Amino acid sequence: MMLGVASGKGGTGKTTVAVNLARAFGSGVWLADCDVEEPNAHLFLRGTTIGSRTVSLPVPQVEAGLCDACGACARLCQYHAIVSFGTPPLLFPELCHGCGGCVRVCPRGAIAEVDRRIGVVETQRDGHITLVQGRLDVGVALVPPLVRAVKASLPRDMPVIVDAPPGTSCPVIATIRGLDALALVTEPTPFGLHDLSLAVDMVRQLNIPFGVVVNRVGVGDDRVHGFCRREGIPILLDIPDDRRIAEVCSRGRLVVDELPEYRPAFARLWAGACALAAPVPALAPL
Amino acid sequence: MIIALTASGDGLDARMDSRFGRARRFLLYNLDDGTVRTVDNDEGQRAAQGAGIQAAETIARLGVGGLVTGHCGPNAFRVLRAAGIPVFSTTAATVSEAIDAYRAGTLTRIDAPDVDGHWT
Ligand code: SF4
Ligand code: SF4
Repeated sequence: MMLGVASGKGGTGKTTVAVNLARAFGSGVWLADCDVEEPNAHLFLRGTTIGSRTVSLPVPQVEAGLCDACGACARLCQYHAIVSFGTPPLLFPELCHGCGGCVRVCPRGAIAEVDRRIGVVETQRDGHITLVQGRLDVGVALVPPLVRAVKASLPRDMPVIVDAPPGTSCPVIATIRGLDALALVTEPTPFGLHDLSLAVDMVRQLNIPFGVVVNRVGVGDDRVHGFCRREGIPILLDIPDDRRIAEVCSRGRLVVDELPEYRPAFARLWAGACALAAPVPALAPL
Repeated sequence: MIIALTASGDGLDARMDSRFGRARRFLLYNLDDGTVRTVDNDEGQRAAQGAGIQAAETIARLGVGGLVTGHCGPNAFRVLRAAGIPVFSTTAATVSEAIDAYRAGTLTRIDAPDVDGHWT
């Protein structure tokens, strides 16, 4: 079972939910931090690094002596990473997505591939939690390939919690595609509702079962709950606006450790998400 | 010779667009006969990345002899230099003022990118 924790914007408590859910497990669980531009789940754990590997993309390198400046490579590349106008091509490796298209299309075999490092995937262990996090190198803008590298490091036969980047753009879609279920974290405010409805549209298009976690219930109004009721979206968890929770989080500690009365709520969140992913089969009509 | 200018509207009275990669349009001005042609920069405006390169490719294909704009980032500059297109920077408000300054030879020729990549 792979559960994604996502939200339409940052600052809703998404990482808090993901990390506490992992800690509430009684046995082995994996936590994947796919917010590779700003991984922060590790701040809540006291893990030791047990593995690290660099992630590279194959980018083109042109052998000018073989190139006849036909421009086929540049016409093919939709990312403008290789540009030619009657000249041997100019390369912009930072825009290259490593698709290999230019290499295949070059009629003269003038393009070779070299590795360009984009970031690292690190593994840490803290008790029963194995954290896998991607960390994009400074100045690199290619998030989806690193997210895919993080996901490729995850086991298939263990419970996995995936902390998605905030928002509804390509990095999020690369993260949540193929997961078994999603928990969308929001706050019960007009802004929260707006961002939630964007996230709901995205998730419905990807056809992933999902429910909602409402964080800081009590700060706003009941429009998020009304929206979920009307849309038939299950509420997986209501987290009250408890000042003690804010204090625990601001100290980088975990709610389920410091305020154990919240443990069962996170266990219910996991159970509810599993029920979404594998619904009880409907009875056949008699 | 034809020069390209980045503009936010049509015609010689249009305001200059100080961006290059994400400029609204390119006005192609023929210095010999005074005619003007407009080329939209829809792709550059939509591009998530590589807008400057995209725009520079467009300009290079149009076979212009110079570009007059506000600012030019490093990637676009590299393409324009490879294509042998000189880049001039201006703060003129309108296209016609920029053309006058070009004719008068008072524009600064840029020989290095003057903004970082994300500005363009
Ligand atoms: S590998 Fe793909 S993205 Fe990279 S330059 Fe070649 S065609 Fe463009
Ligand atoms: S396709 Fe090959 S031969 Fe043609 S311009 Fe590109 S590198 Fe040169």
